[in-house]
Amino acid sequence: MKLLIILVIVLAIIAVVQLTKVYEFTRALRKSKEEDISPADNKLNANLMIVWMLVFFIGTLYLYGRYGDYLPEPASEHGKDVDWLMSVNIWMITVMFFIMNAMLFVVAWKYQYKKDRKARFFAHDNRLEMIWTLIPGVAMAFIIVFGLITWNKITGPASKDAMQVELYSKQFGWIARYPGADGEFGAANYNLISSKNEMGLVSKELIAAKMEELDADIEGLKKQLEENEKLPVMPESYVETLQDKIYRLERHKQRILDLGEFKEPSGKSSWETGADDNIVKGEMHIPVGKEVEFVFRSQDVIHSAYMPHFRAQMNTVPGVPTRFKMTPTITTKEMRGKLGDNEFDYILLCNKVCGNAHFNMQMKIVVESEEEYLAWMEKQKTFAGEPATEAAPTEGTEAPADTTKNAMMPAAQASLKTTR
Amino acid sequence: MGNAEHTAHDHSHDHGHAHHHEESWVSKYIFSQDHKMISKQFLITAIVMGVIAVMLSLFFRLQLGWPGEKFQILNFFLGDKWAPDGLLDKNAYLAMVTIHGTIMVFFVLTGGLSGTFANLLIPLQVGARDMASGFLNMLSYWFFLLSSIIMVASLFVEGGAASGGWTIYPPLSALPQAMPGSGTGMTLWLISMVFFIASSLLGGLNYIVTIINLRTKGMKMTRLPLTMWALFVTAILGVLSFPVLVSAAVLLLMDRSFGTAFYLSDIFIQGEALDVTGGSPLLFQHLFWFLGHPEVYIVLLPALGISSEVISTNSRKPIFGYKAMVGSILAIGFLSFIVWGHHMYITGMNPFLGSVFVFTTLLIAIPSAVKAFNYITTLYQGNIRFTPAMLFSIGLVSTFVTGGLTGIILADSALDVNVHDTYFVVAHFHIVMGMSAIFGMLAGIYHWFPKMYGRMMNTKLGYVHFWFTLVCGFGVFFPMHFVGMAGAPRRYYDYSEFPFLDWVMDLNPIISGFAIVGGAAQLLFLFNFFHSMKYGQVATQNPWGSNTLEWTTPVKHIHGNWPGAIPEVHRWAYDYSNPDHEEDFVPQVVPLKPGEHAH
Repeated sequence: MKLLIILVIVLAIIAVVQLTKVYEFTRALRKSKEEDISPADNKLNANLMIVWMLVFFIGTLYLYGRYGDYLPEPASEHGKDVDWLMSVNIWMITVMFFIMNAMLFVVAWKYQYKKDRKARFFAHDNRLEMIWTLIPGVAMAFIIVFGLITWNKITGPASKDAMQVELYSKQFGWIARYPGADGEFGAANYNLISSKNEMGLVSKELIAAKMEELDADIEGLKKQLEENEKLPVMPESYVETLQDKIYRLERHKQRILDLGEFKEPSGKSSWETGADDNIVKGEMHIPVGKEVEFVFRSQDVIHSAYMPHFRAQMNTVPGVPTRFKMTPTITTKEMRGKLGDNEFDYILLCNKVCGNAHFNMQMKIVVESEEEYLAWMEKQKTFAGEPATEAAPTEGTEAPADTTKNAMMPAAQASLKTTR
Repeated sequence: MGNAEHTAHDHSHDHGHAHHHEESWVSKYIFSQDHKMISKQFLITAIVMGVIAVMLSLFFRLQLGWPGEKFQILNFFLGDKWAPDGLLDKNAYLAMVTIHGTIMVFFVLTGGLSGTFANLLIPLQVGARDMASGFLNMLSYWFFLLSSIIMVASLFVEGGAASGGWTIYPPLSALPQAMPGSGTGMTLWLISMVFFIASSLLGGLNYIVTIINLRTKGMKMTRLPLTMWALFVTAILGVLSFPVLVSAAVLLLMDRSFGTAFYLSDIFIQGEALDVTGGSPLLFQHLFWFLGHPEVYIVLLPALGISSEVISTNSRKPIFGYKAMVGSILAIGFLSFIVWGHHMYITGMNPFLGSVFVFTTLLIAIPSAVKAFNYITTLYQGNIRFTPAMLFSIGLVSTFVTGGLTGIILADSALDVNVHDTYFVVAHFHIVMGMSAIFGMLAGIYHWFPKMYGRMMNTKLGYVHFWFTLVCGFGVFFPMHFVGMAGAPRRYYDYSEFPFLDWVMDLNPIISGFAIVGGAAQLLFLFNFFHSMKYGQVATQNPWGSNTLEWTTPVKHIHGNWPGAIPEVHRWAYDYSNPDHEEDFVPQVVPLKPGEHAH
């Protein structure tokens, strides 16, 4: 195989060398110079300009025809505005694309070298130049105005009765968190992350557990060092590594001790509101027709939550919470019907390179009716481990299908309304 | 040296050849301080780097075109660690993508393009014996070479080269735990960049000083050829923006090695909660793109300058709207400093700030449109000679227009939400920046080859090279718009995990096919280049019938450029087909006829 490749390359090079030699001999015979472009060559290249233009345009039209419906219709409210703006823009730039390229290639073909013609000395024309400064100026003004109107809609504050879902990213997966029965997200801190507490939620018990874990780690390391003092077997550098590790664990403990409580709007401590939060992996459910505000956090590096079917995207940045709001308008089932594809699912992708498994960091999004959503939510366990319904402040109430009667706020329904 | 004492007015001071002495081989070819030799050194280095970058891109295009297939050729080049059994490793894939981008943007299109043509053309076109400081100029090249070597070396370290994308966003690039490429490879990347920036600054200061101070008598700023204006503004952009990248890189090095937290906050990785709070990854992005966006124009402007010169010469017509062309170069240069935020619409930056950047970014469309229209009007009613350089310049206008238009969508923050970081972006910047700048560079090489090597390149091979490059270039990048709009993110190793993308993925083998053919076509260029250097037809003094000063120097290079006094300039550079003259070109050194008005 390798031999074959090398052989092909060598043969190709020899072929080129021979061809140029033949070419140079004929050139020498005709006594023409490299800088004198022969009329035949000039004509050939001029004609190729037109041929290329046609190929380019037909190819472009083919791509528009075959791939022009780039995504299914938008499944969110703002998505419709985005798509409308996109199609206006695409139309405009496509028209300009054809005009400008046609002008370029046709002019190049038409004014190819003629022996007895002299080019026109045409150095400037203020009126013409004014025209093509103004035209793009006006076009840009329109684009800016319409673009910013849509942008302000997308990024404006979420309405008061929007529900909130926290999306948490880490190498390489997504976790969703719903606020649970009390409608409030519990506080979270990265210092408390452990295998049982992936999002680093805060409560007195979790703090105690983490401190215990850290103490045990420190204890273990100290023991190793003590044994080494009795019978020194470790190299000096390894001792230093262990001492450094102990120092870092002590710092970690100190950071946890520095954590402070604060009061949620409801008056509860932020350390107490986390127990009823619902943490979901694998797929995220949201009700149709209800505004949802995503709050993004990241555990390790920057990721980007990209939901192409909803025309939604926002980076998740460690240490800097970000937000994006949207109102889904088409349920998964409806979209499956429209596309005639029973396998179809909305998807959340990672769109900021985050490591070697970046290309497969995804989560399924299920958009469903409010009833279906409530039914699903009831089955979810709370962070403290109980099913969502039992954590509800009122006992024994099944989530009623009629959402107007929500005076008692069962847990599943509470997730629809976030207190802030 | 001693050139610094030349002022714009001592043209008659015959100095350059007064103390000719035989130079040793080393001082002539290696540690040369002659701008023409340095320019050749830059060009050859850039070509080598370009070959490496193209090969890297072909490697990852193989994986993208036929995901999961095994290619023995990958194993042949990359070995068992990176391509076991011929299947490209995931980490290696990201490393290739990153280093391809880095080399292309910085080493080929910044160092290579500016380094080659600023060095070659500035003293020759403004009428100077050499650069203001030959010694700094030499240092500039050697820093460039050093940084190139470090960058290439980083491909061979344990863990592989930097892999976080050429934009090296922290925390990914700051934490060796995050990915193998963020270890030694990343450190080398940063060190290489610091040297690269040093090179770029030494070069840039030299270019600015030379253009301002060493113009020959009569060479007013308004008589400078557009190549000079473009390279002048490019150098200013570089001098103002590269230092910011140095600071960003140094802060990143400190975060990596000295436990600071400029860019890091609240990070838990590989089982450890790091002792970092209060930093912001967004700070890095601001610093990076404060260079990063002017950088786009650092790459593009020299190409536009070259094509202005080539199009005017080969249309046998003055460039249309010289003042407007200079004005748009200045406007683009100025605006490029206040648009960096359009790379950050969805990074968590304040949306209001985003609106401001939408406004400033879309303003750039205006000077760009003026340039495009002026190019076409220059061709209009000309008498066009299709030299290979001319073909590449016309190709540049097409790529500049085609790629520039999609920029309108990306500049619009509301639309950027859905195409940000998708293949749409890849398509956009490869066409408007990659292809345009490469076309400009190739046009420059074909056009000034006789000035550099005293011989002509083969025209026929040039034609074949151009048409293959144009067709394959668009064949690779144009379909990517559609892949991106369908929602395919960039820097993915494999798309088969996402069924909703299956229907556009049949474009990927086609794209890869064009890439392979287009890459192979560059062998024609390499052959033409190196073969013509030695065996090409000997050039005449002014082969293209051009007006600018460089064609008044002898074909054989001499130290000091002109054997006698530096010629005086009497007119602008674009008196082509001037009705007052018999010939269809009037070099800048020809005095005005009695009664003739200078343009």
